[in-house]
Amino acid sequence: MLRVCLRGVKATAQKSSGRIRLTNVQQCREYTTGESSGASRVVAAGLLTVTGGIGGTIIYAKWDHKFRAAVEKNVPYSEWLLGLALGPVSQDSGLPIRKPMESIQPPSMLEKQMRTSKAKSEKKLKETTEYGAQDSGPTSPQPAQNIQAEASAEATQIISAISEVQSIPAPCDTEPTAAAATVFQDTKSAGTAEPLRERSAEEVAARLAQQNQDEKDIITSLSARLDDSLASSAKATLQAIGAQEAALQAITQHTHKLKEAMEAEGPSEEKSTQWKDLEAALADRTTSVNDAKTALVKANEALDSLKSVIDKSKGLKITAARPLILAAEENLHKMVVDLDKVVSKVQSAESEAKIVAQYTELVHEAKQQFQREVSSLTPEIQANWKGLTGKLSTDDLNALIAHAHRRIDQLNRELAEQRVREQIHMEAALEQQRAEDQRALDKAVGTAKQHVKEEARLEQERKLAELREVIEAEMRTQLRRQAAAHTDHVRDVLKVQEQELRAEAEQELSSKLLAQETRYRQLTQEQLDDFTLDMNAAYARLKGVEEAIDSHVEAEEEARKAHRLWLSVEALTYTLKTASTESPSMPLEDAAEAVRASCVENDFALALASALPEESLKRGVYSEASLRARFNSLRSLARRVALIDESHNTLYQYFLSYVQAALLFEKQQEVPPTQLRSEDLDPFKLLSYASYCLEHGDLELAAKLVNQLRGEARRVVEDWLIEARLTLETRQVISLLSAYANAVGLGTTQAP
Amino acid sequence: MSEKELGKKLDRCLADGVVKLGTGLGLGIVFSVLFFKRRTWPITLFSGAGLGMAYANCQHDLRSHYLLHTSEQVSLGFIGPLIGFAQIFSF
Repeated sequence: MLRVCLRGVKATAQKSSGRIRLTNVQQCREYTTGESSGASRVVAAGLLTVTGGIGGTIIYAKWDHKFRAAVEKNVPYSEWLLGLALGPVSQDSGLPIRKPMESIQPPSMLEKQMRTSKAKSEKKLKETTEYGAQDSGPTSPQPAQNIQAEASAEATQIISAISEVQSIPAPCDTEPTAAAATVFQDTKSAGTAEPLRERSAEEVAARLAQQNQDEKDIITSLSARLDDSLASSAKATLQAIGAQEAALQAITQHTHKLKEAMEAEGPSEEKSTQWKDLEAALADRTTSVNDAKTALVKANEALDSLKSVIDKSKGLKITAARPLILAAEENLHKMVVDLDKVVSKVQSAESEAKIVAQYTELVHEAKQQFQREVSSLTPEIQANWKGLTGKLSTDDLNALIAHAHRRIDQLNRELAEQRVREQIHMEAALEQQRAEDQRALDKAVGTAKQHVKEEARLEQERKLAELREVIEAEMRTQLRRQAAAHTDHVRDVLKVQEQELRAEAEQELSSKLLAQETRYRQLTQEQLDDFTLDMNAAYARLKGVEEAIDSHVEAEEEARKAHRLWLSVEALTYTLKTASTESPSMPLEDAAEAVRASCVENDFALALASALPEESLKRGVYSEASLRARFNSLRSLARRVALIDESHNTLYQYFLSYVQAALLFEKQQEVPPTQLRSEDLDPFKLLSYASYCLEHGDLELAAKLVNQLRGEARRVVEDWLIEARLTLETRQVISLLSAYANAVGLGTTQAP
Repeated sequence: MSEKELGKKLDRCLADGVVKLGTGLGLGIVFSVLFFKRRTWPITLFSGAGLGMAYANCQHDLRSHYLLHTSEQVSLGFIGPLIGFAQIFSF
């Protein structure tokens, strides 16, 4: 069953693998065929995307120039490509961006120019203020066009000529000059439609001077005219006033005389004289009244002319003429007022005179009436009834009395009637009077109003003029203050600059000085050094010569000593050789003593000589041959006790080690390696190495190897080791000494 | 001469062994004759003892260098004899 399952699994595996292989092949085929089409598809899509991207970039760059600039900046060869495709970067699109920029420029330029040419003209404050203010008022808010840009440039120049203070636009007094300036501007701008440039100070000054001159001329002519007209009108007014006064006088005189004449009851001669006087007075009055009228007319004419002149001068609008005009106006007003007053006085006098005349008339009529009545009653009687007493009869008298009584009755009746009609008459009279009063009042009110109006206007103008003056004064002070501040600032800046420059110059100077000094010092130092060097060299040479001579002497001495030392060392070496096979050498004491004697000053040799071991001095040393022989006998012993050490030292161990020694065979002599490994520390090996070394004369190495023995073997060879060390020591010392002696001898030996 | 020491020691051992053996033998004989009715075992015993003593002496002599002596001990006086015994009786 398991086998069946296995078989089944195998079969299925085979089938699936076969299928997979088939499908793989099929897929591969599909892939291979589809791959080619797929690849081409991919390539085509890629190409399409790239071209689309490039085309889109070009189109967008054509539309948006900033994008184009960015692309040209960042991508290397894009400018070439875009140039090919679109042509060079077009300029027209730059304008719409720049126009709004330009419009923003003038105000900024205003400020800039204000700051830059601040120091230009500090003198022409007053006129330039008005002029500049006038210009800046209407022209600064319109920057768009070129001409008005020019105008604003004018304003900026003028403003810059003054300072940074924004001037208050003064009222339109300076129109003619402004008009002239604008005309000038227009011609200028028409001539040169170029960007704003600042006029030089001389030009501005010249123009301002010109303006000043014109104004002055106008003012002088104006003032002359005003004065003329004022004078004439004053004269006329005075004349008129005089005439009016005279008329007034005449009227009052006449009235007075009339009154007198009416009331006086004097004799006829006086009466006639009075009447004559009265007539004269009347004639006087009429003439004076006429005169007054003509004078008044003339005065009015003069005043009118003055008024016209004033109006004309007002029309010129020059500020300097203002006070003149104002004064002229005031004078005019005063004259008019006086004239009116006098006229009113005359009128009142005339009305009074009329009343009196009416009264006179009435009286006269009454008299006439009475006269007629009397004459009608008494036809003989004439004229003056006062002088009639004595000429009349009693009948006449009675008739007269009766007439008189009748008259009296009549009059009483009339009186009664009058009394009755009094009220009505009174009312009528009152009405009449009221009407007349009203008329008079109206007239008076009208004239008074006019006068008041005129006065108020004059007052206002005066106040205005005052205010203007005050403002002007204040402006002047402010400008002066500005100028002062500016000068202070300039002074400070200059001071600072001066200080800076001075500091710089001083620094420069000091550095140069320092450089010079250092150079000088350097030179002197060099000279000194050279001299010192030469001196030192000479001295050194001298010293060298001396030393050479001394050293020669020394050298000879040394040579002798060295020779002696060498001899003694040779003797010492020879004593070593006296060692025989069995016995040690002679005690080295004497030889060592000799060596010590021969090298008293030489510490090194002395030290070496005293480094000889005591044993060798007292007893002598064994020769190498004897040691060798001894070693050979030692070797077997050491072999026999090879196993014995601190832990293994029973008798049984001894037996075992004997057996080992009997049974173990090693090389008699073996070459020792340069480096001992752990397995070389076996006693047998060590002994063979040591034996080899000894045979080849290397006692030192043999001793070193023997030194590696441990345990009982070590104890056995201890004495031999000591002897070997002794011999080695002595030999080393002696060889050192001899080498030293040889060296010294060689050193001191002079070459032939 | 350190190399001669071993020889000397061995000589001493031998001498000592001979002496002890002889002495043991003699004593054994004596004792066997006197007290043990001429048996063999006292002879062997005593000679053996003598031999044993000689062995022990020889061993002690040979390893005398490696023994720590009580005088060389710094502290703990009882350790000295203990170590000495241990050393003597190791094999």
